[in-house]
Amino acid sequence: MELLSNLALGFQTVISPQNLLYCFLGTLIGTLIGVLPGIGPVQTIAILLPTTFALPPVTALIMLAGIYYGAQYGGSTTSILVNVPGEASSVVTCLDGYQMALKGRAGAALTISALASFVAGCFATFLLALLAVPLSELAFKFGPAEYFSLMVFGLIGSIVFASGSLIKAVGVIVLGLLLGVVGTDITSGSQRFSFGISELADGIGFVPLAMGLFGISEIIKSLEQREKKKMLSKISGFWMTKKELKASAPAVVRGTLTGSLLGILPGGGAILASFISYMLEKKISRDPESFGKGNIRGVASPESANNAAAQTSFVPLLTLGIPPNVVIAMMAGAMIIHGIQPGPRVIISNPELFWGVIVSMWVGNLMLLILNLPLIGIWVKLLSVPYRVLYPAILLFCCIGIYSVNNNTFDIGLTAFFGFLGYLFAKLECEPAPLILGFVLGPMMEENLRRAMLLSRGDPSVFFTRPLSLAFLLMAFAMLIIVAVPAIRRRRKDAFGGGGEELSKK
Amino acid sequence: MHIRNTRDFYAGLVFLLFGIPAMVLSRGYQIGTAAKMGSGYFPFLLGGLLTVLGLVILLRSISRCEGRGKEISFRAKQTVLVLSSVILFGLLLRPLGLLLSTLILVLISSMASFEFKMKVAILNAFILLIIVLIIFVYFLRFQIPVWPSFLTGRT
Repeated sequence: MELLSNLALGFQTVISPQNLLYCFLGTLIGTLIGVLPGIGPVQTIAILLPTTFALPPVTALIMLAGIYYGAQYGGSTTSILVNVPGEASSVVTCLDGYQMALKGRAGAALTISALASFVAGCFATFLLALLAVPLSELAFKFGPAEYFSLMVFGLIGSIVFASGSLIKAVGVIVLGLLLGVVGTDITSGSQRFSFGISELADGIGFVPLAMGLFGISEIIKSLEQREKKKMLSKISGFWMTKKELKASAPAVVRGTLTGSLLGILPGGGAILASFISYMLEKKISRDPESFGKGNIRGVASPESANNAAAQTSFVPLLTLGIPPNVVIAMMAGAMIIHGIQPGPRVIISNPELFWGVIVSMWVGNLMLLILNLPLIGIWVKLLSVPYRVLYPAILLFCCIGIYSVNNNTFDIGLTAFFGFLGYLFAKLECEPAPLILGFVLGPMMEENLRRAMLLSRGDPSVFFTRPLSLAFLLMAFAMLIIVAVPAIRRRRKDAFGGGGEELSKK
Repeated sequence: MHIRNTRDFYAGLVFLLFGIPAMVLSRGYQIGTAAKMGSGYFPFLLGGLLTVLGLVILLRSISRCEGRGKEISFRAKQTVLVLSSVILFGLLLRPLGLLLSTLILVLISSMASFEFKMKVAILNAFILLIIVLIIFVYFLRFQIPVWPSFLTGRT
C-alpha cells in the first residue's frame, strides 16, 4: 500500500492550482507544437526551457513533461488530416490514418488515436509508478563501475536504434562526450577547452547546444524546399462504429505493451515503438493487405505505442539517472538546470517532485482527452499559418530564450555555431541526436570512470569482474553484434527507410 | 586518390577536426595515471577515439569497397542568411536593444525563404515586435535591453 500513499502524495502536489495550470499549459503548448510540422518536442523543450526558470522545479518538470506527451498527441492530428506527420513518432499514423480520412472516417481516426493514447498513457503511468521504487533501490547497489558500464550500454543502445551509419553514430557520441567535458573540471578545478573565454568556464550551455543542433538546423533544412499547399480532409462523425471499436481494442492493448517495453530500453522511445507496433500488428493480422488502406488497427496500435513509450522512457531517467533517448536527455538537462541531479536519490530527496511528475502525466493525459477532440478545429486552422511567417518567429523566440538563460550574448553566437554543425551533420548523414545523449552523460561518465579506476587502483579489469557491470557491457556488445549482422541491418534499414521517405515528403 | 563517398569523407574530416585538437590540447592538461586520472586523461582518451574513428571513416570513403554516395546539396544562401540573422541579433542586442535587433533578425531571416515578400516580412516583424514586448518584457519581465544604449545612456 506504499504505492497508494505515494500516489496520494503525487496527487496532492499536482492538485495545487499553479501545478494544474502549468500542466494544462504544457499539454496545450505540446499539442500546438505537435500539430505544427517541423518543430518537434525536442525543439519545443529547448525553446521553452528558459521560461521555466522562474518556476519551482516540480512545476517546471510537470510542464515540460506535458509538452512531451502533448506533442505525441498533436502529431497524430496532422498525420490523419493532412498526411503530414507533425512528429517523427506519428509518421506511421499517416499510413492508415490519412486513408481513413479519405474514406470519410477522419473523425473516427481522431477519436481512436485520442482514446488509444489515453489508455496507453494511463497504463504507462501506472507501470512507471510500480517500477520506480524497486529500480531505484537496485540503483543504490551500483558502484561507479556499474554506472560506467550502464552508460556505455545506454549510449550504444541509442546508436543501434538511430538510423544511418553505425561508425558515424559512434563518432557523434564521442564528440558529444567531448563537448560535455568543456569547462571547469570538477575534481581538479582546472579549465579545459575554454580558450580563456569566461562564458565557457561553466561549460557549454545545454540550451544553446540543443537549440542550435535541433532548432536552427531544422529551420535551415526546411527552407530548402518550397512550401506546399496542404490538402485538408473533412472531419465528420467522431463516433466509432461498434465494429471499429471491437477491431481496435486488442490493437490498443498490444500497442501499449510494446510501447511500454520499448520506452524503457535505451535508444527506444516513441519513434521506434510506433514503427515496431505497426509492423507487429500487420504481421499478426489475418488480413495484412488492408493495412495502408485505412485499417483502424493501423492507427490504434502505433498511437498507443508511441504514447506509452513516451511515458515509460522516464523510468530510466528517474530511477537510474540515465536518459534513454534524446527528449529524455532534454528533461535531464532541465532537471540539472533546476538543481536536481537525476538519479535514484530523487525519489528519496524529492518525493513530492518524483510522484508529482508521475501523477501529473495521468492528469495531463486526461486533460488531453478533453482538450484535443473539441479543439481540433483550432489545431487545423493553425496549419494554415505559412512557414515563411512562422520560422522568423521561432528564430526570434530562440534567441531571446537563449539570452535570458545567462543574460549573455555569447550563447547566441554559440547557438549559431551548433546550428551550423547540426545542418552539416544532416548533410553528411550523421544523426545529431546521440550527441545530446553523450553531452549529458559526458561529465557523469568521466566521474564514474575516475572513481572506478581509483577504487581498483588503476586496474581496468574491474569493469569485467563485477557481474552487473559485465552484464551491461555484454548487452552493449550483443547489441552491436546484432546491428553488424547483415540480415538485421537490412531490416533495420527497411524500418527506418520507410519512415524516412514519409518524412522527406513534408 | 579518388573520393568515392563525399558524405563520409567530410564526416571523417569533421571528426578529425575536433579529435586532433582535443588530443593536442589535452596533452597540455594534467594527464595523471589510470588510478589517479588528471583533468586531461578522459578528454585525451575521447580525442584519441574520435581521431581513430575519423580516420577510419575517411579511409573507408576513399577505398574501393565502399559504395558511391550521393552528392551533397548544400544551400549556402539559406544557411548564411539564417545563421547571420542569429549572430547579428547576438551582436546587436546590447548596443541597439531588443526592438531594433528584432526587426533586423526577422527581416534578414525572412529573406531565406523562397516565398519572400518584403511587405509580408515587414508586417511580420512589427507583429512579432508587439508580441515580444507583451510576452517577454511586460509579462515575463525578462532582463533584456529594449532601447538602444545611445538613447538610454546605459552600456
